[in-house]
Amino acid sequence: MILTNGLYFTYPNGNEVLRGIDLRIEDGEFLAIMGENGAGKTTLVKTFNGLLRPTKGQVLVDEVETRKASVAALSRDVGLVFQNPDHQLFCETVRDEVAYSLRNFGYPRDVVDRRVKGILETLDLMPYMDSSPFMLSGGERKRVALASVLVWNPKHVVLDEPTIGQDYQQKDRLRNFIVQLNFQGKTVIMVTHDVEFVAECKPRVVLLSRGKVIADGKAEQILTDRNLVAQASLLNPQISLLFSSIDNLPHDVIDVYSAHIAVKNRIRGLRNVNAGL
Amino acid sequence: MRSGHLPIIEIRKLSFSYAGASRKSLNDVSLQVDEGDFLVVTGPSGCGKTTLCRCLNGLVPNFYTGELTGEISVCGRSVRKETTSSLSRHVGFVFQNPENQLFSLTVERDVAFGPENLGLIREETRRRVDWALSVTGIEELRDRAPYELSGGQQQRAAIASVLAMRPDIIVLDEPTSFLDPRSSKEILQVVAKLNKELGMTVFLVEHRLDLATRYSNRVVVMDRGSIVLDGPPEDVYGEQAHLIGIGMPKVTVLFRLLKQDGIEVLKTPVTVEAGVEELRRILRS
Repeated sequence: MILTNGLYFTYPNGNEVLRGIDLRIEDGEFLAIMGENGAGKTTLVKTFNGLLRPTKGQVLVDEVETRKASVAALSRDVGLVFQNPDHQLFCETVRDEVAYSLRNFGYPRDVVDRRVKGILETLDLMPYMDSSPFMLSGGERKRVALASVLVWNPKHVVLDEPTIGQDYQQKDRLRNFIVQLNFQGKTVIMVTHDVEFVAECKPRVVLLSRGKVIADGKAEQILTDRNLVAQASLLNPQISLLFSSIDNLPHDVIDVYSAHIAVKNRIRGLRNVNAGL
Repeated sequence: MRSGHLPIIEIRKLSFSYAGASRKSLNDVSLQVDEGDFLVVTGPSGCGKTTLCRCLNGLVPNFYTGELTGEISVCGRSVRKETTSSLSRHVGFVFQNPENQLFSLTVERDVAFGPENLGLIREETRRRVDWALSVTGIEELRDRAPYELSGGQQQRAAIASVLAMRPDIIVLDEPTSFLDPRSSKEILQVVAKLNKELGMTVFLVEHRLDLATRYSNRVVVMDRGSIVLDGPPEDVYGEQAHLIGIGMPKVTVLFRLLKQDGIEVLKTPVTVEAGVEELRRILRS
């Protein structure tokens, strides 16, 4: 469980970015942290693995206060994938990059090889195993960064803007993969302003604005609320805009597939009424 | 001066492979863009979109070297015979990450950089800077440092710095990737204004078509280095686009699914407004 109590964070330049965050994230939850550029999303998740320590208040990861633990120890449980892959990649080949943490943790060679191969296969990176990460496209580098964190099997996975630079199919694959991770019991926390991506994943949504939580609830509730969404500089999903303009359609639908079913049901209902007349 | 009826961008059988690459990034691309077009170029990662952009101002092959065949002309000038700096008067380039293109200590200095380097007199530079800041709506940020601005403000500053060159064409390579949805929408509105009010030709590369489609009159889909679809969005967003895997607007996807159920869809909606109209019609009939 990740718990924040009255969490404040101020950067050394005096910029107060987090202003009293109380958040409880249970093990195995699937959560999206959303909000405008500069709302404090990235700062917040950097407190989860101890990269940043609270200025005031506290963060507890599995009951350990982050002030009292090292980043190395916390990172074993909280795997953070940065927004910009170039902030975390440094090895000469994709294989070394992904193996780096496991070697550091002292795993035997065959285990390292096996795990590295497994994750590269899952993330469609096998063909690049011996390439330099810096020769890859932005989207591919992002997947390498993801692989290099997932390979050590952290209990909680934090993804900062995972969809940036990914095309439609990669996003689709990423979504399946994230859902699968969560299904395996991992806590998945993603920072994103990709409204349509969240509409398809439907996690719990925490809306952040100017360093405060302004809403916390189901994606269907939050993303259909015009005021909240505007306050956080987001836009409502297209499907919710469409449905809210039409009478007799459910107003909590945010994704295409549920929308498809709802329209079909509505048409069937109308046909039945007509047939009954 | 260009004569009015010629296409502003003319590409014929263009192929390019980056130095040392084993495959072609562009493969036999032909494309004509008319003055005033708002072109959205999309396609899967690695399809050649960015490479095509780089050809428009000569970054390919002047900066990114490799083997280029075929012809490309912009505003009647052959790109292969011009330098990138001379082309920059005609083609403005806005990158994905504004931090890569802003470097001065104030927004005003950044915007003035281009015109000053053209050797314009001071009054003209001043006029252009004022104009570019006002078109992009950032006059009040004039004295601010780019690095202390939000992503959306930085991207506006990047657009302003390009506008100050008074280009005929503005090329934007995924300009909204790093921005929150509201800032993304605002940036696209600025671009739409340039297109509508100033008649500027827009060449916009985007994955996220939900926001961009409404402003464009033409969508080009690329796949593996070639152009595979080209036309108005209503025509392009069909079966083939789906198979290639482009991120069509969710409204369009919904109506595709309804169509597959045998429900009659008269015109595939590409915007929410069109979707509302069509869905109302379907539910009435």
